[in-house]
Amino acid sequence: MDFAASFALITPELILTGAGLALLMVAAWGGDKSSRFISIAAVTALFAAGFSLVPGLHFGTDGPEVLAFGGLLSVDSFALFAKALIYLAAIACLMIAPAFFNGPAAGIERGLRAEYPVLVLFAVVGMSIMVSANDFMALYLGLELNSLASYVLAAILRKDGRSAEAGLKYFVLGALASGILLYGMSLLYGFTGGTAFDTVRAGLTGEIGTGALFGLIFVMAGLAFKIAAVPFHMWTPDVYEGAPTPVTAFFSTAPKVAAVALTARVVFEVFGDQVLAWQQIVMFTALASIIFGALGAIGQENLKRLLAYSSINNVGFILLGLAVANAAGASAMLVYLFIYVAMSLGAFVALLMLRSEDGQLFETFADIRGLSVTQPAIAWCLLLTMFSLAGIPPLLGFYSKFVIFQATVDAGLIAFGAIAIAASVIGAFYYIKFVKVMFFDEPADVVKGKSGTAHWVLLFLTAAIISPLGYLLTPSITDLADKAANALFLTV
Amino acid sequence: MDGFPILTTMMLVPLAGGLLCLFAGNAASRGIALATTLATFALGVLLWINFEIGGPQWQFTERAELFEGFSYALGIDGISLMLIMLSVFLMPICILASWTSISKRVGEYMAAFLFMEVLMIGVFAAQDLFLFYIFFEAGLIPMYLIIGVWGGDNRIYASYKFFLYTLLGSVLMLIAMFWMTSQAGTSDIPTLMQTDFPADAQFWLFLAFFASFAVKMPMWPVHTWLPDAHVQAPTAGSVILAGVLLKLGGYGFIRFSLPMFPEASGELAWLIFALSMVAVVYTSLVALVQHDMKKLIAYSSVAHMALVTASLFAFNVQGLEGAMMIMLGHGLVSGALFLCVGVIYDRLHTREIERYGGLSINMPYYALFFLLFTMASIGLPGTSNFIGEFLALAGIYQTNTWVALICTTGIILGAAYMLYLYRRVAFGDQKNEDAAAMPDMDAREWTMMGAIAAVVLWMGVYPESFLAPMRADIAALDARIASAAPADDSQLADGPARAKAANAIEYDDHDGGEH
Repeated sequence: MDFAASFALITPELILTGAGLALLMVAAWGGDKSSRFISIAAVTALFAAGFSLVPGLHFGTDGPEVLAFGGLLSVDSFALFAKALIYLAAIACLMIAPAFFNGPAAGIERGLRAEYPVLVLFAVVGMSIMVSANDFMALYLGLELNSLASYVLAAILRKDGRSAEAGLKYFVLGALASGILLYGMSLLYGFTGGTAFDTVRAGLTGEIGTGALFGLIFVMAGLAFKIAAVPFHMWTPDVYEGAPTPVTAFFSTAPKVAAVALTARVVFEVFGDQVLAWQQIVMFTALASIIFGALGAIGQENLKRLLAYSSINNVGFILLGLAVANAAGASAMLVYLFIYVAMSLGAFVALLMLRSEDGQLFETFADIRGLSVTQPAIAWCLLLTMFSLAGIPPLLGFYSKFVIFQATVDAGLIAFGAIAIAASVIGAFYYIKFVKVMFFDEPADVVKGKSGTAHWVLLFLTAAIISPLGYLLTPSITDLADKAANALFLTV
Repeated sequence: MDGFPILTTMMLVPLAGGLLCLFAGNAASRGIALATTLATFALGVLLWINFEIGGPQWQFTERAELFEGFSYALGIDGISLMLIMLSVFLMPICILASWTSISKRVGEYMAAFLFMEVLMIGVFAAQDLFLFYIFFEAGLIPMYLIIGVWGGDNRIYASYKFFLYTLLGSVLMLIAMFWMTSQAGTSDIPTLMQTDFPADAQFWLFLAFFASFAVKMPMWPVHTWLPDAHVQAPTAGSVILAGVLLKLGGYGFIRFSLPMFPEASGELAWLIFALSMVAVVYTSLVALVQHDMKKLIAYSSVAHMALVTASLFAFNVQGLEGAMMIMLGHGLVSGALFLCVGVIYDRLHTREIERYGGLSINMPYYALFFLLFTMASIGLPGTSNFIGEFLALAGIYQTNTWVALICTTGIILGAAYMLYLYRRVAFGDQKNEDAAAMPDMDAREWTMMGAIAAVVLWMGVYPESFLAPMRADIAALDARIASAAPADDSQLADGPARAKAANAIEYDDHDGGEH
């Protein structure tokens, strides 16, 4: 395969890298005054990159012609699906940022910093590489590019203690996880003689040796950290709470999609012949995430912290699809990811809209008491989001659980599915607490601030997606997810 | 009616009304809600008129492949028809019951009720397993809000308990549904009703469905959410909870558990009988000592529903018809009793029985209606519940005489607690001055009570109108489950055969088309 074809395959990454570098220059010379222009340009670049995915998504791509750079990257339908979701989430997170950073909630450092959109762009490039990585080296490059940008994003409010703390925690623990991942990769390299996914896979046939098994477990542990699955979830609540809210919204959507997609590709393409070796790990992690995510959330007063636990809980359900270890499970997982991104964005946008008259953000349960009287539109959208996260029909969140559990039961893991679905009821408890506080309690009457158009548009858009209308989307989403999942299993 | 999607229309009308109410003012939303529910009721009457008795089993079917994984399939048989009629009949009454007692956030309240109506029609009309589940579970959201926002003092606890209890019951059913569809290759309910699942799998499937329906029903010992929910809910919420939502459990048994898992139903009939017997006696005794009127009626509902479950699992036509008739009758009567409580609660704002007394002196018309519904609840001949209870006990007796004996004590106890309640509220001295000063019913309350009273008497005097649409469906169900019937101990000796079965369908004859 020649270089031209390889470059054609990575058009979206080229667009984003080019835009990122150019905008970095603009930021360097234009300063924070140019942040509005940079944001718009970054959103445009993301849209352009997204458009370049459309033909591939529509017709489905797989087979040998999707391998770029001698098999370092694999731009198949699976990668395209994940990329599309990542770009959409990143666009949303760029749109909601200015109102936050320009308001007093950003503390003494008012104003959107020019680096913010640039860092988001670089993080997105990293994620793009992650989801199409077909070699451990490419995987690590993408992961680190994304992680480094994310550490800075978490700490972007330099003079805010919580933000700095979140950035530092994220960095220290992230570095540890990267180390674990690298160690696992080196073990696999040592025992199989290659870093390319197909080489490692070829070296892992038959009974797995102890060394290679250690490699597999270390890789799984490193990935579990990145997707914030129990028992590697400890960083999530602190980072989610400390990071500025638009950044938290970003963390809970785009990188989550990338890390989950990456994990899926690694377990299916690299460890595809060793299902029994990792299936138990994933099953344990999934159940533990569902249960601890739900239990941890119950006592929380801070809404961002609560949503962090909710994201851990949701990762558990996503991992259920992975534990099924077939194409149906992978497809269900992708559908879940799509719906999860919509719900998560909706929740965070609503949080960003809880402002006082002078623009301060509210983020505890006490502040949203009686919100349905003072701000009915936000309250009703949050109600939809919360019932949807709890998986109550007729909201779309139910459909995400529907596909996951259907795949679980179809694969014969009935007892496992029954335990997991019973555990999901624990989660319902704190989701309906949201509704209780907003609708049943006497108004605290503090949320009086006006919100920008971008917030309203996103809020209503996500509310429309997770409302019963979203079910009309299910045939097309399932079609795309099926294509993507099949691309993943083509090599099996 | 050919081709006109009347079921979808019946769901769209309240949906549109509900959305309008969300944005309308207090007074306007009352009017919108009443007009919408009356329009839906009119459509329901149209549905009943056009329902062809003895025609195809599934009528008014609609099908559209709108979603991935399940389809939008609607259709009704006689059983569904009757329950839909119950829902659309009670709805305008609920709106009237809330006319003055709800004064805050009226638009949202009316919207919650109208959405509830959409879901209730949907749940009885759904012909796809997952569509059914969606409607079945979605009812949690409006009911949670109705109890939580407009309920009494302890509403938070009651709403949480209601929500989590019923959710936990239902999720296991979903897992069972996945297994069934992957086995049968379809989620179409009429097809699944004819599918024979392996006997050992039926056992587990039955238990999974049982977990859900037993909570909804509610059966002892998972009934404890009901008294809390009833007591805290506003009057109309209690009416709809007792009138329709409790019927979801019975409908589930009759639509899913019995026809889909007949062998397991036969095997586990002893369990149902045991729980029902405990419930009939225990909850009746509990009802006797209540000081709170709503709690008393709530416990009486549990006792009545236990009779329904016992007669469903009698595995004969009388039992099934009796169960359906009790469900319809209880839906009307317990709804009416909650309205009776609501009428005096609106005046005195207490549900304590002790705070009333001698109401027949200052509220004679109220006392008259209250007496009628009390008698109906006891099962006096000439009222709706008599038909159901008689058929049910006759059906149970054929299968198990001991169960019939115990269940009959429930009826005696029922007479005890209802008459005791009536005596304390309506008879005796006017010991409380404020209660003695209460005015009698106004025109709005007359309308609500009068409408229900008329149907209660109609059902009691001429039950054929209600039994005729269901007859063929119940006969089909009986044929489906007959082979799995548990051993009976009544040793009935068959007399000389009649020319025709007592319940033969005679729609071609002189009394055909009467409904």
